[in-house]
Amino acid sequence: MGWRGGGGACGGGPAGGGMRLRRVGSRNKRVDQRNLEYFLQQLINGLTLGGIYGLIAIGYTMVYGIIGMINFAHGEIYMIGAFIALIAFLVLGLVGVTWVPLALLIVLVVAMVLTAFYGWVLERVAYRPLRGAPRLSALISAIGMSIFLQNYVQLAQGARVKPLAPVIPGGFSLLEVDGFIVQLSYLQVIIIVLTTALMAGFSLIINRTSLGRAQRACAQDMKMASLIGIDVDRTISTTFVIGAALAAVAGMMVTLYYGVIDFYIGFLAGIKAFTAAVLGGIGSLPGAMLGGVLIGLIEVFWSAYFTIEYKDVAAFSILVLVLIFRPTGLLGRPEVEKV
Amino acid sequence: MTVLAVRGVHTFYGNIEALKGVDLEVAAGEIVTLIGANGAGKSTLLMTICGQPAATRGQIVFDGDDITRQPTHEIVARGIAQSPEGRRIFPRMSVLENLMMGATTAPSQHFADDLDRVFTLFPILKERRQQRGGTLSGGEQQMLAIGRALMSRPRLLLLDEPSLGLAPMVVKQIFQTIREINRMEGVTIFLVEQNAYHALRLAHRGYVLVNGRVTMTGGGRDLLANAEIRAAYLEGGH
Ligand SMILES: Nc1ncnc2c1ncn2[C@@H]1O[C@H](COP(=O)(O)OP(=O)(O)OP(=O)(O)O)[C@@H](O)[C@H]1O
Ligand SMILES: [Mg+2]
Repeated sequence: MGWRGGGGACGGGPAGGGMRLRRVGSRNKRVDQRNLEYFLQQLINGLTLGGIYGLIAIGYTMVYGIIGMINFAHGEIYMIGAFIALIAFLVLGLVGVTWVPLALLIVLVVAMVLTAFYGWVLERVAYRPLRGAPRLSALISAIGMSIFLQNYVQLAQGARVKPLAPVIPGGFSLLEVDGFIVQLSYLQVIIIVLTTALMAGFSLIINRTSLGRAQRACAQDMKMASLIGIDVDRTISTTFVIGAALAAVAGMMVTLYYGVIDFYIGFLAGIKAFTAAVLGGIGSLPGAMLGGVLIGLIEVFWSAYFTIEYKDVAAFSILVLVLIFRPTGLLGRPEVEKV
Repeated sequence: MTVLAVRGVHTFYGNIEALKGVDLEVAAGEIVTLIGANGAGKSTLLMTICGQPAATRGQIVFDGDDITRQPTHEIVARGIAQSPEGRRIFPRMSVLENLMMGATTAPSQHFADDLDRVFTLFPILKERRQQRGGTLSGGEQQMLAIGRALMSRPRLLLLDEPSLGLAPMVVKQIFQTIREINRMEGVTIFLVEQNAYHALRLAHRGYVLVNGRVTMTGGGRDLLANAEIRAAYLEGGH
């Protein structure tokens, strides 16, 4: 790691950020972790990561909201999104599309569309045939899909990590104190702006459009939704498709941010985004976004102030604590409201 | 002219046969009621008309088209609306949103007029239009369920026990409104009731369902006068 070197606590990946800081600390005098600058840097890194988790978490929460089941293959959908983005970048490089904004746009669209297709197929194959079957069947089928997709990508792409050369280098130096530079990389700006825009647009869809109303109606009473003329099957399909498209954006961002991916990244990211959805209140859309940001912040701050080795433990401890003490999550509704 | 024809319909829940060959017809402009005891299969028949679950055997014809095996949302889009058992208001949507949901299959240019119409029938809904559906009283929810059904501009309105659990005053008002909907708007109504007295007084014709089979049919007043019916469905008040 640390191939982008220099710059001390520059942007980098959040994990890399933390790791590099420790190195800096061991090489030079210890970075004073009580510094406001240090805090600021972690905040930027945490928000970036949190936005990515939030995008994935939306997929979990929407699917749960509408069919009452956790889509255990969603992490794999995100992983596939990352691979499609990587491949698209490489192909664009080969055919000589080098103007970065254009390349980004093309990759974004391609990743969203193709990954959405995977989401659509997933619902068709793993969920629809089991509608009305015991929940356990659908759960097993989803886990099966998850294993299948992992192996499929491993076979097709190999098990080794795939690197991608930095596409968007550089950034702003916000302030410098005693050689510690608070950096906001251009990529972080793009990630934060894009995730915010997607979340805002998406909230608008859910709250204001007939598609969103149809989704909420299905989530609240599927049978009644069909009785007022909503095509329930299509609405569920659309939910999977939208969730997958958002996960694809997350996958693309991660590919850019870390510069490496492998077939296994869906597992951890999936569980963390799921944790985010549970923390925010599963089924709640603002909850998923809030939970994502919180998990991102917790993970980054934990790595920065405690030990990076335990950052995943931190995230999962949150999951356990929430499940014990506040199973409805921060913004979730209590289950008693079943009218 | 026959709007709805149910011919030899059998419906199963797994192995349980809830409808065992039901035949009935509803003509345009009529109010027809179906009465029967708990578990007779009344709600099942209304749901089967909407394809949830679809009939295993037999045929359901709406406006001359066989709709037996069509998906629910297509059946509904043809002009059938249901105010179902238990009302099934969307609890986390406002009254207004519930009414908007009712208009899913209706052309949008009529929305404002239709909303006015429903608010005229049920002024309380206008007062409560920003309130969440789940927090309405039982009677208000019933009005909302009927209003939501009307928002789709149905030609056939299926009502499942609209009087259930309501105070006598409210029951009277609901039945009054059903008559208005039928007279003023020309909507054909198929009404399922346990409150046989009110239902038979209101309806032009009635059917009696026992154990998944139609056992009797006739004019509303005739059924009301029938000794057997009085004994089975009316004794003990109304
Ligand atoms: N989802 C279901 N699964 C299994 N059996 C069912 C289901 N719904 C209804 N039944 C059975 O089908 C029969 C008819 O039920 P239905 O609800 O149609 O009766 P009903 O005439 O509407 O009664 P009520 O007046 O109590 O509403 C009953 O014996 C009931 O137990
Ligand atoms: Mg019933």
